[in-house]
Amino acid sequence: MVTKKNSTIRHFGLLGFAAIMIFPFIFMVSTALKPQAQIFDIPPSLIPSDATFQNFQDLLRIDGFGIYFFNSFFVATITTLGTLAISSSMAYAFARLKFPAKGFLYTLVLAGMMVPPVMLIIPQFLMSKYLGLLNTHLALILVYICMTIPMQTFLLRGFFEDIPRELEEAAVLDGASKVRIFRVVMLPLVKPGLAVVTIFTFLYSWDEFPWANVAVNEESLRTLPIALAFFQSQHLTQWGMVFAGAIFAVVPVVLLFSFFQKYFIAGIASSGLKG
Amino acid sequence: MQVLFFLLPGFLVLATFLILPMGYSLYISFFDWNIVDPDISKFVGFGNYTEILSDTIFQKAALNTAIYALVTVPGQIALGLALAIALNGALRGKGLYRTLFYLPVVTPWVVVALLFEYIFVGQGGLANYILVDLLRIASEPIRWLADPVLAFVPIHLLGIWKGVGWVGVIALAGLQVIPRDLYESAALDGVSNWQKFRFITLPLFRPTLVFLTVVLSIGAMNAYVSNQLITNGGDPQDQTHFILTYMYEKTFSGLEFGPGAAISYLLAMVVFMVSVVQLRLLRRESALGW
Repeated sequence: MVTKKNSTIRHFGLLGFAAIMIFPFIFMVSTALKPQAQIFDIPPSLIPSDATFQNFQDLLRIDGFGIYFFNSFFVATITTLGTLAISSSMAYAFARLKFPAKGFLYTLVLAGMMVPPVMLIIPQFLMSKYLGLLNTHLALILVYICMTIPMQTFLLRGFFEDIPRELEEAAVLDGASKVRIFRVVMLPLVKPGLAVVTIFTFLYSWDEFPWANVAVNEESLRTLPIALAFFQSQHLTQWGMVFAGAIFAVVPVVLLFSFFQKYFIAGIASSGLKG
Repeated sequence: MQVLFFLLPGFLVLATFLILPMGYSLYISFFDWNIVDPDISKFVGFGNYTEILSDTIFQKAALNTAIYALVTVPGQIALGLALAIALNGALRGKGLYRTLFYLPVVTPWVVVALLFEYIFVGQGGLANYILVDLLRIASEPIRWLADPVLAFVPIHLLGIWKGVGWVGVIALAGLQVIPRDLYESAALDGVSNWQKFRFITLPLFRPTLVFLTVVLSIGAMNAYVSNQLITNGGDPQDQTHFILTYMYEKTFSGLEFGPGAAISYLLAMVVFMVSVVQLRLLRRESALGW
């Protein structure tokens, strides 16, 4: 029973909790707007007395953060397109087509979900070195696609299986090929699933640090997380600029999350995906 | 033939970067691997494994990782469950709360790690200001990051803070599966709130709890970015490593690929065992009708 008193208490608790969760973000924005002279002021001010966008301008003009933003965006976008294409094709085949060794192949894909990514980073490095992919965005894109397809194939397979078979059979009678049925009939029907795949893959590639840190050395090819970590280790006290850079990394995430929240929550709750 | 169109691209990628690498990594872990000229690598059998297991820095790293899991997994679950219970049922502004709590989950690890480092940095950070000047709990500023034990305070806090929203969403989904009429008939019998939680919520919530424990434990064992950024992986004096920061340092700074591969296999085995044991537990419990 939800009584009025009960819900007031809940709001109090939740608001307090929310304040703690959000506070670090407020502090981050406030720091990004501070001139360097105020960074270590005691007491630390939450609302800077002379707020400035200097940090953002310097980052873009002097430190070339525009490039890193573009790199991250490029890698995350191509990865997402690749994962969408590959995982939806595989999911459709495993849901609807008959072929030899199907069970074995599907187990192989699912096993990919169990392998801790760490275990793979050394051989992936050596493999990329052997293929001449080190220091290219392709090394990032291919590994990110590889790491996301098992989970996303599993997720989409469920969506394909929920589609009534009659829809497909009508198309078969019309003489359409499997490829055409997949593209024209089936794909539009799993749009909510594709939305979930898009969000998770994009966020994963946008966030990923360990692999990008070893696969790409060339400064101009760095993604945002790597650039941020390097920037901080070279400018130990320039926290205002560090967090201005951090805001470049956070804004797309917040936008994506706010626009697709519905799919997002549904995706997490139904499959246990970890965002 | 049409099947190839659907499967070939995916399996090419998986074979190159997942299936082959798994075997390759095992192979490397038995060699004193020479990165420049792999052909002259020397076979050492289980040498890398015995070397790693008797390495005191690795032992410390394993202990640190275990403590991190023991602190952050229950921490996230307790707070996330409390959050889910508060959000369960009709409540105005539910969507807004969910967004606020979920924000840390989607924010990149690098960003939040730098944020927590800044809060605890040096002597003039925000944490010291709050403890010393505002609450007057500490008499003088604490140098968190220079201390091999206290350096874990921001790392553990970050681990919990970042995961609570995710646990909340999963837990909320788990709670909503529990039939409402159970609570209603319990209310008719005059059962207290605590008893409802203890005898209805907890048993029916158990599968979700096991799932959360598995996923969060695996995540904790794989923790890397927060430690790497906040302690530089190991500072001070290699005392604060996690298994992974040590694996990275050995492999990519020390170029000891053999021992690095051995560490990653050891960790993978533990991760695998944890998931098998916990999934077994779950299956046995559902057989008992919990």
